[in-house]
Amino acid sequence: MTEQGIGAAVARREDRRFVTGQGHYTDDINRRGQTHACFVRSPHAHATLNGVDTAAARAMPGVRGIFIGEDMAEVGPLICGWAITDVNGEPHRAPPHPALAIGKVNFVGDAVAVVIADTLEQAKDAAAAVDVDYGILGAVVDPATAAPDGQIQIHETAPGNLSYEWAIGDQAAIDAAFEGAAHVTSLEFTNNRLVPNAMEPRACIAEYEDGTGDYTLYLTSQNPHVHRLVMSAFHGLAPEHKLRVVAPDVGGGFGSKIFIYAEEVVLTWASRHIGRPIKWTAERTESFLTDCHGRDHVTKAELALDGDGKFLAMRVNTIANMGAYLSTFASAVPTYLYATLLAGQYTTGGIYCNVKAVFTNTVPVDAYRGAGRPEAAYVVERLVEAAAAETGRDPAELRKTNFVPTDAFPYETPVIMQYDCGDFAGSMDQALDLAGYSGFQARKAESKAGGKLRGVGFSSYIEACGVAPSAAAGSLGAGVGLWESANIRFNPTGNVQLFTGCHSHGQGHETAYAQIVADKLGVPYEQVDVIHGDSAKVPFGMGTYGSRSAAVGGSAIVKAADKVIEKGRKIAAHALEASEDDIEFAGGNFTVTGTDKAMNIAEVAFTAYVPHNYPEGLEPGLDETAFYDPLNFSFPAGTHICEVEVDPETGSVSIERYAAVDDFGVLINPLIVEGQVHGGIGQGVGQAMLEQAVYDNDGQLISGSYMDYTMPRADDVPNYDVGFNGVPSPLNPLGVKGCGEAGAIAAPAAVMNAVHDALSDVGVGHIEMPATPLRVWQAIQDAAA
Amino acid sequence: MYNFEYRKAGSVDEAAGIVGSDEDAKLLAGGMTYIPTLKQRLASPTTVVDLNGVGGLDGISADGNGVTIGAMVRHAAVAASADVAAAIPALADLASHIGDPQVRNRGTLGGSIANNDPAADYPAALVGLGATVQTNKRAIAADDFFTGLFETALDQDEVVTSVSFPRAGKAAYMKFPNPASRYAIAGVFVAQAADGVRVAVTGAGPCVFRVGEMEAALAANWSADAVAGIGIPADGLNEDIHASAEYRAHLVTVMAKRAVAKAG
Ligand SMILES: Cc1cc2nc3c(=O)[nH]c(=O)nc-3n(C[C@H](O)[C@H](O)[C@H](O)COP(=O)(O)OP(=O)(O)OC[C@H]3O[C@@H](n4cnc5c(N)ncnc54)[C@H](O)[C@@H]3O)c2cc1C
Repeated sequence: MTEQGIGAAVARREDRRFVTGQGHYTDDINRRGQTHACFVRSPHAHATLNGVDTAAARAMPGVRGIFIGEDMAEVGPLICGWAITDVNGEPHRAPPHPALAIGKVNFVGDAVAVVIADTLEQAKDAAAAVDVDYGILGAVVDPATAAPDGQIQIHETAPGNLSYEWAIGDQAAIDAAFEGAAHVTSLEFTNNRLVPNAMEPRACIAEYEDGTGDYTLYLTSQNPHVHRLVMSAFHGLAPEHKLRVVAPDVGGGFGSKIFIYAEEVVLTWASRHIGRPIKWTAERTESFLTDCHGRDHVTKAELALDGDGKFLAMRVNTIANMGAYLSTFASAVPTYLYATLLAGQYTTGGIYCNVKAVFTNTVPVDAYRGAGRPEAAYVVERLVEAAAAETGRDPAELRKTNFVPTDAFPYETPVIMQYDCGDFAGSMDQALDLAGYSGFQARKAESKAGGKLRGVGFSSYIEACGVAPSAAAGSLGAGVGLWESANIRFNPTGNVQLFTGCHSHGQGHETAYAQIVADKLGVPYEQVDVIHGDSAKVPFGMGTYGSRSAAVGGSAIVKAADKVIEKGRKIAAHALEASEDDIEFAGGNFTVTGTDKAMNIAEVAFTAYVPHNYPEGLEPGLDETAFYDPLNFSFPAGTHICEVEVDPETGSVSIERYAAVDDFGVLINPLIVEGQVHGGIGQGVGQAMLEQAVYDNDGQLISGSYMDYTMPRADDVPNYDVGFNGVPSPLNPLGVKGCGEAGAIAAPAAVMNAVHDALSDVGVGHIEMPATPLRVWQAIQDAAA
Repeated sequence: MYNFEYRKAGSVDEAAGIVGSDEDAKLLAGGMTYIPTLKQRLASPTTVVDLNGVGGLDGISADGNGVTIGAMVRHAAVAASADVAAAIPALADLASHIGDPQVRNRGTLGGSIANNDPAADYPAALVGLGATVQTNKRAIAADDFFTGLFETALDQDEVVTSVSFPRAGKAAYMKFPNPASRYAIAGVFVAQAADGVRVAVTGAGPCVFRVGEMEAALAANWSADAVAGIGIPADGLNEDIHASAEYRAHLVTVMAKRAVAKAG
């Protein structure tokens, strides 16, 4: 490890501009002649559009144009890019999702028209004057009752409000395994619906240049090239070479900025019609109403154990709420990103999972930090903890009894995953230590003396990261490949620009990627700049989500660095008058084996651009691009242990201790990794105790502002005890696994297991997330009654 | 925001004159409630009259009877005031738990009580201590000032100038915060006030109210136990996704008990 290479806790270089207010976000950009868009949105969850009268609005000052769905029918509906095949071998039902509604609106916030005017105030005034005649229909809100016959139908092409019924595993074999079980644990619960709440709301500016026919779209995107591809290939807005997508600084995404939304499609299309750049920035209310939400499952889960506590089989039935339409990657979340993780860290004999994906009159649901894996970890870890309690076993011991042993890797799970490596028991032992588990009973007694209930909860999660091997993803229905690109460009003076297809929106790539380049090429860290987020600058790339940026994007960087070294070797051999085979590369220097003849990589770069004395036939320049397609997912795993104290008088829960031991393989920058763990746990605590998107029966979002939607605050979380037990992944050149989502995946189960443990003392058997004071107090009352 | 005329008032009388002659004109204090209202286009005033330039509304003074706090005094200033801490520490403590630092640095006593949000903290202090609201026209006893949900006794041409809080014996405020907004789900101010024991409840109902039964019990026996068994009816209390009426009723008793314990 060099001082600022792989493994060094380098402070994030991007933080200087972020914390001093010098970040450069989409809304900070203003283009000459820029106009402003305001969307007319449905106030109803479900209604027919009987007429949209824009005449009065058109006559208002500053208005440049007003468009409704029919005006842009040529653009085609928003797509879902992952095709699920249902239990009958049929493709999922993905009813048309026009960017501006045609004929019908299906959720509160569904865009009906766009008003474009010289100022935002004028656009808002005119939008208020658009007269929409709605024929209000009954709304379908509760996913649990969305599908049965007789319900209100949302889409003609999705009978029973069902997008698909999908299953994995051999149902008959699993049912048989349950027959012979010594004990069956059975739970029913919901995985609460969350609003992503990135600090920066979604925004875009679309600009069309008549002189060249070029479009530029500035956008809050996690994957600018994916946006460009979809808008070009599926919406025909512009050919790819005529559409530039720029995602500048992006203030958080958590998945919500992966997707192709109505607003950017409408603005790009309209910019040509208006002949002016158009800007739109979501107001916070719009973010609540229209950003894709996360989670929202209703699940019945069962675990069968034999007399020794071995897990024989698992059976899971889930209803997944898709919202009103299938968003970009929505269909993959409750299937391949969920059911394939139900083995957890265990050798469970067999698993069957059935998923019904239903439509409701709510905003679409799609990937949100963890995407399917938090839901899976919650199923598995709640089941295991409940099984331990029911059979009188220590939860740590029961887990150890069932862990995949370290010598069993690579390990094939019953749900099509192949785990590469891991040390589950080692992480558990380290976590028990870090959590001071042996002192728990004493702390519990102390709490009791103070009138409080104390509980401890475990979460031994696993996740699949490094999304994703393209062929495997393709065979499961993905519409794209999931490789990544990197371009390392030396300048003649020896400094380096790294162009990556990944995108940083809080992850710290500008620091971590520079560390990888510095480490691999021996260039000083300060002399490496990382460029991302502009389709006109970076090679085609798939973007950042699914904790892929280190395992896939980082591996592409290593491959590009290898190419640089290979070419450099030729240049150095020539200059040093040695055979290529005798050139060694280390620490930035090409040396001739067994001599003190050496040439620094900066000199090699200079020679490449000023090739006066240069190998014959070799191209000038030192500029190498690599594409990396992963061999498999990576499997970060670990054990988190949470300790809570409950005030039974008020129902308040406070997290007293939280220990996390994670295996992320090799850490590129432990400081950044710890930060990701902290943030992830914070979001997981939010899901477990605070956050919930609540729709009323009419489909109105009740928790539609920060007055009612509880975001985790600093004083809601404890100081975390974080440890690492890294087992390098053998499947990628960095040995990394991915850390961006782990906290959010592990924490909900750890917290809720602790809450259940505490409340078991007063006879409470079940409580749903979020465990708010009201819920906890009510559960205690009900148990006492 | 809709367009409106902005006027920076130079005096209380000027401000009162403008709002008195135009029922669509509105006063602006710290803007913590009113600016978001404007931004969301929930109000379209003709004129917004800014009180921030008006002299004499931002002082805190203490004497043997109590403390008088100007209408434009920020929550942070009350929380940090040595005079308030010396005269009525419970009041400084209450102010220190309003909102977050930004809100405490902008939000004002006058704006808070004029708005009379059912979940605001100050109304509990005013009623719990038997304070007097001073306006440009008259003095109004706290018991008469808060008249209903977002309703006060203020006339259209009336500007709050200050509030006088009489010294109390033992006093304390306990609130159970709404987890999202951190306003009070139930907040209880208990005090051995100048005119006897007072128990004022905010957050639980549509408007701050007193609990006579608790006041009587505490007058006889100032101890947490004295109120522990006194419940209030859930009928008519607020209900939302954070708390049922029953839960609020329960919390009133718990907060009352804890407030008495905190008061010592
Ligand atoms: C995020 C947030 C959290 C908050 N949390 C809490 C909390 O925990 N507890 C709590 O009690 N409060 C809370 N508040 C409210 C805050 O404390 C302010 O006191 C309240 O918003 C009033 O704001 P203001 O003083 O800036 O008045 P403004 O918003 O400027 O005015 C409010 C109203 O009062 C009128 N008004 C203002 N001054 C006068 C006057 N002198 N005479 C007559 N009428 C007047 C105005 O016309 C307007 O109608 C919170 C507010 C926010 C934004």
